[in-house]
Amino acid sequence: MAIALALVLVVVGSVLFHLWSPWWMTPIASNWRYIDDTILITFWITGVVFVAVILFMAYCLVRYRYRPDRQAAYEPENKKLEWGLTIATAVGVAAMLTPGLFVWNHFITVPDDAVEVEAVGQQWAWSFRLPGKDGKLGMATTNNVSDQNPLGLVSVDPNAKDDIIIQGADLHLLEGKPIKLLMRSIDVIHDFYVPEFRAKMDIVPGIVTHVWFIPTRTGTFELLCAEMCGMGHYSMRGQVVVDNAKDYQTWLDQQTTFGSTMAQAEHLKTAAVGPSQGEEHPDAARVPR
Amino acid sequence: MADVAHGAYEGVRPAEVPDVELYHPKSWWTTYVFSQDAKVIAIQYALTAMSIGLVALVLSWLIRIQLAFPGVLPFIDAHAYYQIITMHGMIMVIYLLTALFLGGFGNYLIPLMLGARDMVFPYVNMLSYWIYLLAVLVLVASFFAPGGPTGAGWTLYPPQAILEGTPGQEWGIILMLSSLALFIIGFTMGGLNYVVTVLQGRTRGMTLMRMPLSVWGIFTATVMALLAFPALFVGVVMMMFDKLLGTSFFMPSIAQMGQHLSYGGGSPILFQHLFWFFGHPEVYIVALPAFGIVSDLISTHARRNIFGYRMMVWAIVAIGALSFVVWAHHMYVSGMNPYFGFFFATSTLIIAIPTAIKVYNWVLTLWRGNIHFTVPLLFAVAFIVTFVNGGITGLFLGNVVVDVPLSDTMFVVAHFHMVMGVAPIMVVFGAIYHWYPKITGRMYNETLAQIHFWITFLGAYAIFFPMHYVGLMGVPRRYYELGESHLSSSVTLNHYITIAALIVGAAQMVFIFNMVWSLFKGKEAGGNPWRATTLEWQTPHTPPRHGNWGKELPVVYRWAYDYSVPGAAEDFIPQNQPPAPQGA
Repeated sequence: MAIALALVLVVVGSVLFHLWSPWWMTPIASNWRYIDDTILITFWITGVVFVAVILFMAYCLVRYRYRPDRQAAYEPENKKLEWGLTIATAVGVAAMLTPGLFVWNHFITVPDDAVEVEAVGQQWAWSFRLPGKDGKLGMATTNNVSDQNPLGLVSVDPNAKDDIIIQGADLHLLEGKPIKLLMRSIDVIHDFYVPEFRAKMDIVPGIVTHVWFIPTRTGTFELLCAEMCGMGHYSMRGQVVVDNAKDYQTWLDQQTTFGSTMAQAEHLKTAAVGPSQGEEHPDAARVPR
Repeated sequence: MADVAHGAYEGVRPAEVPDVELYHPKSWWTTYVFSQDAKVIAIQYALTAMSIGLVALVLSWLIRIQLAFPGVLPFIDAHAYYQIITMHGMIMVIYLLTALFLGGFGNYLIPLMLGARDMVFPYVNMLSYWIYLLAVLVLVASFFAPGGPTGAGWTLYPPQAILEGTPGQEWGIILMLSSLALFIIGFTMGGLNYVVTVLQGRTRGMTLMRMPLSVWGIFTATVMALLAFPALFVGVVMMMFDKLLGTSFFMPSIAQMGQHLSYGGGSPILFQHLFWFFGHPEVYIVALPAFGIVSDLISTHARRNIFGYRMMVWAIVAIGALSFVVWAHHMYVSGMNPYFGFFFATSTLIIAIPTAIKVYNWVLTLWRGNIHFTVPLLFAVAFIVTFVNGGITGLFLGNVVVDVPLSDTMFVVAHFHMVMGVAPIMVVFGAIYHWYPKITGRMYNETLAQIHFWITFLGAYAIFFPMHYVGLMGVPRRYYELGESHLSSSVTLNHYITIAALIVGAAQMVFIFNMVWSLFKGKEAGGNPWRATTLEWQTPHTPPRHGNWGKELPVVYRWAYDYSVPGAAEDFIPQNQPPAPQGA
């Protein structure tokens, strides 16, 4: 009897916690409201099943508890009941799967007007790259990574010259503009995860992965690494700032291109061996922190 | 229905081969230590698994303390934290649950439930245990190795698992991989034994469709394990080569901490496919024996035949088969081809159907039963609650696009703990209480068992139900500390979860005390205290002796679920009871 009561308490407690606890999804900041909707559909269907199964079990435990004068029913099979339940379950599963697959199709179909932006993961920091004026990201390879060229760009590729490199600073995105985020890692597996965007994808060394989304509201959002990447995994955080057009342009104007950074490094190297050692280059303040 | 149930007396054919005398041990050592008796091997497996499980329990406390009260235990730095979570996960999944269900319950129940004298290959069976023990010792050795055990996460994803920056990359990972390889070798010896015994060692009259569901669950799980573990073995060997010989199976070009490593061209995702080709069946390798055993517990203690036996058998087989085509649902955001998502989401959600059938049939077995609220039955009910809860969150994570925001968060941690941690462990406890009188000849202490049940069931639910919501917020798993974050409000919830976890952990001491105390002081149980139908309760001696059956092997005349048969003198008819003469 106590067990039947406990089951009722489990059901009531779970439902109340679900409805009233303050712990819930973060307010969405991207176009993936569909994902939230699919989660809610799933919560409803599975929630009803959970409540029904557990409460029915509680009923059975009370109604059919042991009495010396009673005998259990002997009924090895009941085809009608078994098939009925099977079909009902199949319908419920289809009701969750169908919207899920539609949204997935949307999720993996990148719109043509999406702007390419690159995120690069390494132990334990984030870097980013924008395509610059030509709208094209230049080639890059892990083999080219060096102190001067931390993202391993191919300097002979003309598309790379105007690429904007953001290291140790926040990534800014333009509100309302579809983003195709290309992702590279130069060491181990990482994962680009901003809870408010809902989208998430592993960053795998050796290949380029991608994910797309539209930032739908301005603000500063925490970027977390969501794939175990060694001891500093938990501290691999960053920030993504979603700006309106004006703020975005202001920020963009302050960034340096790969070409100018390389030229600067070349200049500094010459300067270091030349007579004017120690003289500060006028552009030094712009070198990313 | 009559062909699975009672009534149809097919007649039992005469024995075609004579019963063969077993090799009986001649010394204390060969009776109790290097024993070839499946029952002793079962107990050795179970005690070893539970001992290493206690280590995992203590590790789980440390994890919870760090998550709720970061910095309270100064020896848990990030380095130690990642080692703790890795070892906790690996021990629980492989060295406790797999070993306990197959090596423990498999060894004890298969020969007894099928009316066999022992496993078909007793010597290989003994070797299986000793290799398993060696695997456990190698695992334990990694705690004492320079640099400590590996902290790569139990999934051991390369490249990080074998590179600097991950704890235990010096010796820990090598010992981990060695231990896994040994485990698989040992398991293969035992597993082949279980399969051959089920197929060839059944007594006369014990047709496959008369086997208790416990045996069906263990048998199917063993077949799956024999097919799935080789994938892990291959992954383990290749990673070992990458680590020790400098090959690049899983290693692409890497520039780590300012240095170019001499790897190139390998695929980290290849390892994930190998790992999860093993890893997903592994979930069912743990779950199917639990499904089978819980069916028998419910039927016996509710005094009612299991509802829909044939559907239950086919559901077990269907789940076993389907579980080999769902593995990449662990990899929706791994960077694999996104079109895989359609296939794997569909196959994963289809598996929910046979699984749901099993749940309905358990509940429908209680329906119109005559339910005794014994401790095994209470644990069976707790299993259904936690399994349904954990199963439905699987419908979130299996549905590819829903998985995107939830993967790698605490939601996943909550889900798999509920469904393959708590639920099967409820069955483990229920099963231990159920068969304790047969194994020891004595009854456990009812009061202590009730205390253990209530704290464990309600406490475990209180740990893992709220944890889903931590993940729903977006808190990633495997975070040593959350620090300053907009997700910090999860910390309050973490306090409650941790307190519940400490209490539940402590309650397991009540269980251990009960088991030891009852061994000496428990009431004599008699041969068949639950008035059960299956053969293990019909042995001439309790505990059963070597060879199980005395002079004559039992002969089986009916299925395993003749409870409350109308018109029968008792509310159970043992499988080996001949039918009444015609016309009676």
